Amino acid sequence: MTQTIKSEPFILNIGPQHPSTHGVFRIKATVDGEKVIEAEMVMGYLHRSMEKLAEERTYTQNIPFTDRTDYLSSMSNNLGYCLAVEKLASIEVPARGNAIRVIMSELQRLASHCMAIGAFANDTGAWQTPVMWAFREREKILDIFEVTSGARLTCNYMRIGGVAFDLRPQFEPMVRKVLNDFPPFLQEMEDLLSGNEIFLSRTRGVGVLSPEMATNASLSGPMLRGSGVAWDLRKADPYCGYEQYDFDIPIGYQGDSFDRFIVRLEEMRQSLHIIQQALDGLPSGPHSTQVPLALRPPKGEAYARIESPRGELGYYLVSDEGPAPYRFHIRPPSFINLSALREMTVGGTVADAIVVLGSIDIVVGEIDR
Amino acid sequence: MSIPVLALATDHWYDLRDLANISDAILDGADKVLPFGIVYVLAALIGFVASFLIFVLPSQLYLGVYGERKIIGRIQSRYGPNRVGPFGLLQPIADAVKLLTKEALTPKESDRAVMYVAPIIFVMPAVLIFAVIPFGPRMVFANVPVSLLYFMAISSLPVIATFMAGWSANNKYSLFGAMRIVAMAISYEVPLVMALLGAVVVTSGAPYAGDFLNGLALQDMVLWSREFHIWVVFVQPLALVIYFICVSAELNRTPTDIAEAESEIVAGYLTEYSGMKWGLFYGMDIGYALGASAFAATVFLGGWTFFGLEKWVPPWMIFIGKTHLFYFLFIWTRGTLPRLRSDQLMAFAWKFLLPLALFNIFLVATERMIWSSQDYAKGLIYVFAVVNIAVSIAAVYGWARFLGYRPENTPVRPRLVKNAGGYIPVGSEANR
Repeated sequence: MTQTIKSEPFILNIGPQHPSTHGVFRIKATVDGEKVIEAEMVMGYLHRSMEKLAEERTYTQNIPFTDRTDYLSSMSNNLGYCLAVEKLASIEVPARGNAIRVIMSELQRLASHCMAIGAFANDTGAWQTPVMWAFREREKILDIFEVTSGARLTCNYMRIGGVAFDLRPQFEPMVRKVLNDFPPFLQEMEDLLSGNEIFLSRTRGVGVLSPEMATNASLSGPMLRGSGVAWDLRKADPYCGYEQYDFDIPIGYQGDSFDRFIVRLEEMRQSLHIIQQALDGLPSGPHSTQVPLALRPPKGEAYARIESPRGELGYYLVSDEGPAPYRFHIRPPSFINLSALREMTVGGTVADAIVVLGSIDIVVGEIDR
Repeated sequence: MSIPVLALATDHWYDLRDLANISDAILDGADKVLPFGIVYVLAALIGFVASFLIFVLPSQLYLGVYGERKIIGRIQSRYGPNRVGPFGLLQPIADAVKLLTKEALTPKESDRAVMYVAPIIFVMPAVLIFAVIPFGPRMVFANVPVSLLYFMAISSLPVIATFMAGWSANNKYSLFGAMRIVAMAISYEVPLVMALLGAVVVTSGAPYAGDFLNGLALQDMVLWSREFHIWVVFVQPLALVIYFICVSAELNRTPTDIAEAESEIVAGYLTEYSGMKWGLFYGMDIGYALGASAFAATVFLGGWTFFGLEKWVPPWMIFIGKTHLFYFLFIWTRGTLPRLRSDQLMAFAWKFLLPLALFNIFLVATERMIWSSQDYAKGLIYVFAVVNIAVSIAAVYGWARFLGYRPENTPVRPRLVKNAGGYIPVGSEANR
């Protein structure tokens, strides 16, 4: 007589208080032993009603709100919103303003990816070392932001029509230092993680996302590129004069967590290359056009999208000729990237689910808004 | 078989190269004036104070708590503790005071009795394992002839305590930790014993001072290194590597800390523990790691000998230095490596470590046959050392390749394309 050992599935709440949910996010996982057989995402713990609040404030007053959605890449969020308003009100940005915007959003990409790869390595169990090394480099970029905008995390630097202030004299040497320091750091990260057999076995083949699935789920950013789809809004729909810069799109091989990791590392190299070009060819002239403080754009709607560190960040605005937007909507990349989480975690173990969540690089402030 | 006892140092009471001298002097004197029996209590007290001063304080508190945090701090390019006292030296004491004054919560739904008993059961073996560790020629508490077996038996006890801790807390994460540690301990005990068997085969039966050495007694292993002027690690490099990996799995140290994997299952079996109940687990984790390091220093790194230096430097200092050196390896891997998944960890033990350990036994047994047929010629052991180092590297590499280790097939850089487009299959990105 044969007997089979049966195990009873039970529900494991991963989060909202859990070291690896990157904020207050909850996966309601049904597990059978260590195997995840069902995963349900529970969001909304950090909901602050930003989209509604923005309808009560003027166009300029809304810029600080965008800092607080994706708080790890505030410059990119500022930029996306300002581009949408500029599109709505047909405002031209001077060449210097555009170049500064490009430098800032690429620096922001470096800072954000530092956090992403550090936290990802932490999720695989590399106890704090990669995240500390990444923070060491990120600190230099935050110092640049502090010098330029006065704030380190929520910069509130972009303005409708350009940027808030012109660059300080110490800006250029600081950026050059970052350009010098980053390639050795990226090499260090590769030495520590990319060739590490333990890291490879934890991430290779974990959370595989097929290109069909990635495109059907409307994913963007490193998630989409990790699956081998060459899609980058800086190339496909250039803004801020990205068409003048020479850079490549890194794409992965099979769409697993490791591919997303190496895509992020390579994107940092490409960002350095863009910053180098923008800094060398920084035009002189005004950094911003004069825009009335109480801006009343003509009736209509506008959608502007940028390639934020996490993917396609879109801002949709509707104007009714009032001082505040009639409708303010954000297309948050991490929210939409997260929609593929169930697809990637079910069938794996609990440990894999954590790695997959880390590889998505979510910011809960942006998911819940 | 009698265990050879040798006195390297003189037996003057002031000769601190062997601390047994001074305790002998004190106890002999005390025995003459004190009533019968009190001297045993005194001996226990002296042993406690002395071991605290020379081993527990520097190792447990300063290497285990302060040193580990400081070294990991340097690995992570930060300072580590530097607020409490000069250079943060009082940090371990501040930690202990904080833990003692903190409330130890017990969840309402937990199994209270088991949850209370588990830390106590966890502490006892950590103290017991040091009984058989030889700190010097005469500085060994219990020189039992089967001390290696004793060590193996005692050091597998804490798994019971951790399982009790995980089960009693009535928390799903604790349960995960408990189940993982039991599965892992069973898997890793096997290659661990197999690896140590290699070291036993090398040392046992070798001639020493007209007698034969007993490979199961730790003191005899040290004497073997002293007699043949070579440490066991050079003859058994593969055994040390396997021992290190297995013991870090048993001790729950990174890269194999799946039982308390912070990023996955919060704190594993310790999730519901707080205050000093947690502190006992934490402190004794260090105790076990030190015990395993002391054991490795004794078996593989020649114990208290150092190629004749032990005549001049106190042997116990050499021994503690080697223990700390080995403990540093634990700290180093903790600061560097990611964690394996539990199924990968089991597969690693059964598919990789166990065959290698068996191969190692085969290799060393063959050499042992040759060696005994050559009347234990001293020069031959160096030949074996060279052969074994080469064969071990070849075996590790060859077995890994056989199991499918192909680093050259894993691209570590992504593909680069110039223009945005749709999906690009692998291999067709050349002219995009």
